[in-house]
Amino acid sequence: MAEDRSPTVLRIDGGREAGIRRYFRAISAIVWKDLAAELRSRELMSAMLVFALLVILIFNFALELSVRSVETVTSGVLWVTFVFAGTLGLGRSMAIEKDRGCLDGLLLVPVDRSALYFGKLLGNLIFMLVVEAIVLPLYSLLFSVNLFDPRLLLVILLGSVGYSAVGTLLASMAVQTRTRDMLLPILLFPIVLPVVVAAVKASNAIQQSLEMATIWPWLNLLIAFDVIFVAAAFMLFDFVVEE
Amino acid sequence: MIEVRNLVKNFGWKRVLRGLDFRVGRGESVAILGLNGTGKTTFLRILATLSRPSGGSVSMAGQAIPSQSIQVRRRIGVVLHQPLLYGDLTAEENLRYYARMYDVQSGKTRIDEVLDLVGLEMQRRELVRKYSRGMQQRLAIGRALLHTPDVLLFDEPYTGLDTDAVIMLDAVLKDAVSQGRTLVMASHDLPHAAGLVSRIDILSKGRIADSISCSEMPVGEMVLRYKAVTHG
Repeated sequence: MAEDRSPTVLRIDGGREAGIRRYFRAISAIVWKDLAAELRSRELMSAMLVFALLVILIFNFALELSVRSVETVTSGVLWVTFVFAGTLGLGRSMAIEKDRGCLDGLLLVPVDRSALYFGKLLGNLIFMLVVEAIVLPLYSLLFSVNLFDPRLLLVILLGSVGYSAVGTLLASMAVQTRTRDMLLPILLFPIVLPVVVAAVKASNAIQQSLEMATIWPWLNLLIAFDVIFVAAAFMLFDFVVEE
Repeated sequence: MIEVRNLVKNFGWKRVLRGLDFRVGRGESVAILGLNGTGKTTFLRILATLSRPSGGSVSMAGQAIPSQSIQVRRRIGVVLHQPLLYGDLTAEENLRYYARMYDVQSGKTRIDEVLDLVGLEMQRRELVRKYSRGMQQRLAIGRALLHTPDVLLFDEPYTGLDTDAVIMLDAVLKDAVSQGRTLVMASHDLPHAAGLVSRIDILSKGRIADSISCSEMPVGEMVLRYKAVTHG
């Protein structure tokens, strides 16, 4: 082949270090792109936020909680809010990729497809954490509970990682179907149940100021599911997005 | 450069490609023509590593598809029916994103070159969702050329382009081929394609049914032959 005359010719050659650099560069590019697009449109975050606030308000009016029941019920309400808002965000995040064929654009990139998964996972996780950070103070106010315990914040982080890990994988699968809006929650909720249960139990224990010995098993379970879900998604993503 | 043997592609029970053989050398340019639904896009998607073959073998520069897809993807620039661009990013941001994804060195300079090439330097800071269909197609062409690929796989790239853009794309493709790049293009416009490529392959019933060297036959005769093959 004739030599390229372009002054900025690209030759992507092999090499382990170059490969690793490209891998992380692709992840950061996807996160940057998701954040830049969202900062401009505010489509995804505003939908998640409005939905989360509506769920909180509905629960606040629907449940007349005594001081004692607040400690046991609010954690469930909190996680239901996160899960519902998160599902909305996951679906929209992947739908943006499907529009104008951008998912094909992602799949054409010469990096291992797990990089695409981790890029989308990080973007989704950031959106979810931002929504949670906005929702928590309001929640604390409405239900008169202290949600700013560092242990609770750790549970929220671990729960969100597990939820986003499996959610990103399933959203990538659902987005390729015509019934993607219905399919995602149907696929996601049963699979993510262990994460949600562990997160609710751990949050409950923290709210009730129980000893760490009671909380640790749930935290361990959360960590274990996070690892399993991320590892499984890492291995399966290529097959899921394959036509 | 590209070698395809006995390629089969099934969608469920439907067999779209039925033992397709295809070969194109380095620096060659080929247009694939055929009626709607004959599998042109499917074939290009397989070459682009976006779709897995159901049978047969496909290789590009000695690298097999799908087992060495990452290496193949480094070599190809693809234009599909959709522009593969983000509406909420500007043209410049879209190219910056793809430059990072393809690890393009001197990305900013290359982006300037590409925007200049496709005639969008004045609209570089406009959101892509505000672009017309033709402008999006121009940018999609720029995106495909950004990482200076060896092989161009263009699926009906002239769709939605105005006359200026058609002239621009003709020049870009001729220049690319003159630089030794390989071009495989799906098209519906035989006379236009004949003026651009060295060979026309006619896809019919899931196979390359005929192959015409553009230097050896006048366009009128090619059209008659195309009709005979596709409707015969």
